Amino acid sequence: MLSKTKILLLVNFILTPVIVLASDGQPAANQSTDFVSMLFVFMLATFIGLGVITRVSRLLHTPLMSITNAISAIAVVGSLILTGHDYPTYITILGAVALFASMTNIVSGFLITDRMLKMFKTKETKKS
Amino acid sequence: MITTVVQFAYIIATGLFVFSLHWMKDPKTARRGVFAGVTAMAVAILSTMLEPGIVNWEWIAVAIAFGFIVGIPLSLVPLTAVPQRTALSHSFGGLAAGLVGTAKYYLWLNEGPENLSSFRMIAIIAEIILGFLTFTGSLLAAGKLQEIKWIPQRPVTYRFQNFINIGLLAVAVILGILLIINPVEYEFLFPVIIFLAALFGVLLIIPIGGADMPTVISLLNSYAGLSAVAMGFVLDNKLLVTAGALDGSSGLILSIIMCRAMNRSFTNVLFGAFGQVQKAKAGVEQRSAKTETFEGAAQILEQANKVVIVPGYGMAVAQAQYRIRELYDLLTKLGVDVKFAIHPVAGRMPGHMNVLLAEAKIPYEQLVEMDDINPDMPQVDVVIVVGANDVVNPAARTDKGSPIYGMPIIDADKAKMCFAIKRSMNPGFAGIENELYYSDHTFMLFGDAKDVIGKLVAELKNL
Repeated sequence: MLSKTKILLLVNFILTPVIVLASDGQPAANQSTDFVSMLFVFMLATFIGLGVITRVSRLLHTPLMSITNAISAIAVVGSLILTGHDYPTYITILGAVALFASMTNIVSGFLITDRMLKMFKTKETKKS
Repeated sequence: MITTVVQFAYIIATGLFVFSLHWMKDPKTARRGVFAGVTAMAVAILSTMLEPGIVNWEWIAVAIAFGFIVGIPLSLVPLTAVPQRTALSHSFGGLAAGLVGTAKYYLWLNEGPENLSSFRMIAIIAEIILGFLTFTGSLLAAGKLQEIKWIPQRPVTYRFQNFINIGLLAVAVILGILLIINPVEYEFLFPVIIFLAALFGVLLIIPIGGADMPTVISLLNSYAGLSAVAMGFVLDNKLLVTAGALDGSSGLILSIIMCRAMNRSFTNVLFGAFGQVQKAKAGVEQRSAKTETFEGAAQILEQANKVVIVPGYGMAVAQAQYRIRELYDLLTKLGVDVKFAIHPVAGRMPGHMNVLLAEAKIPYEQLVEMDDINPDMPQVDVVIVVGANDVVNPAARTDKGSPIYGMPIIDADKAKMCFAIKRSMNPGFAGIENELYYSDHTFMLFGDAKDVIGKLVAELKNL
């Protein structure tokens, strides 16, 4: 069991730099190669996701869903760029609503995950 | 220079997100995972703010402030309301993606249509279809879970439902292809696609009933992640792609686990309208189930060595988890080994029962998965079924005509004795009679789960 975990961890360690390299590549000569490199990143990230998530304890599936919820609120980055730039007002408004929605997910997602995780106690911690 | 700094910050954030999920593997390290996630998010937000060209600070401040104002109360909901909170936040995620896609399209359309390359248009169309269908679908799912009055709880079905649903999505996709071919000329199609996607989201969830909610929530989780991925493609941002992919794969795995736990396929969940399969078996003779007094039940429990409690959605509805905790304490003190058998689809979202029992401070080592507890069932003296029904129905093993045939169940019927706590003999969600209740060694304890457990606790104290 432990060795399997170690192997998967190792795979993660190998794959993460691959993603890093893919992310930090030279500016693409044209758009289509860039699109392909994005697909690469997407594919590798999905594999890492599948590898990491399958090992999550079933006990924690509800907190897992709240935390991935907060993580997918990374859409906050896109909303920030849209809201922040000097674009026409209707774009700013759309961006601000998106920013509000993502920010809500980040705040409530991480807070409720932590709140739930605090409740998972073992017998030992209960005695002490 | 700043762009490079931002890119490196994004790489750090990506790594932290992976570790954040990695640490969720064990309750001991899980809180570290939250810390890593928060750090990653802070790095991502702060570094994005460094990007040149960001000027509308008032708008940003107001939106973020409102995010906190709404987000903090949403994180304090009772744990029984976690499924609807989760659905609601999926819908927020979908909305954000849909709005960013819309804004980006009109921005490029008006300020440089040459930017609307086919690749970008594919990404934009994927983003808005996924985003808006997740938005309305999750909103409706949240409404159903919250049991808002004007939203039907029961699955709604009509003739040609699947045909209409799939047709609608097909139309949206075809219009999307037209728009990809000529993004400028077919501009008027853009709102139409948004409308169709939003409508499809509603129609997709209308036929879904309570028992299928765990699967559907997981699936919407996956869609919310994928819409973030599509946003990453639109904005040419790899952090969005990686974080979205992590979320998407998580939702995918959870839905696969849920489907397996019900022995059903994705298509069957989405297009099968489970609740409608109520073909009542003809000629079910009127049988009577045996009942037991609370005093008798308490005496039997006191004599037992091994007790297994099987919680279901009924426990959440009755808020019985604290009483169960009292029962657990009393029995443990008497030297009885008490375990909890958790079916993967018990409750309204994956892991729902674990969180509720953890809230009642039951040590998580006592929560055992279905596959691990079933081999021990014949040695168990007493099984207490609290508000669960279909997940303990032996018909899933034996009756080929049953809608739940083939679904893995907790073998409550194999234990030496079984107490089933139920309000009445009404069949459960799937509308199927439960053979377990008529078995020779099953005794019914009628009443509200909280009251019944409370009375058991009182009787045990008197002994």
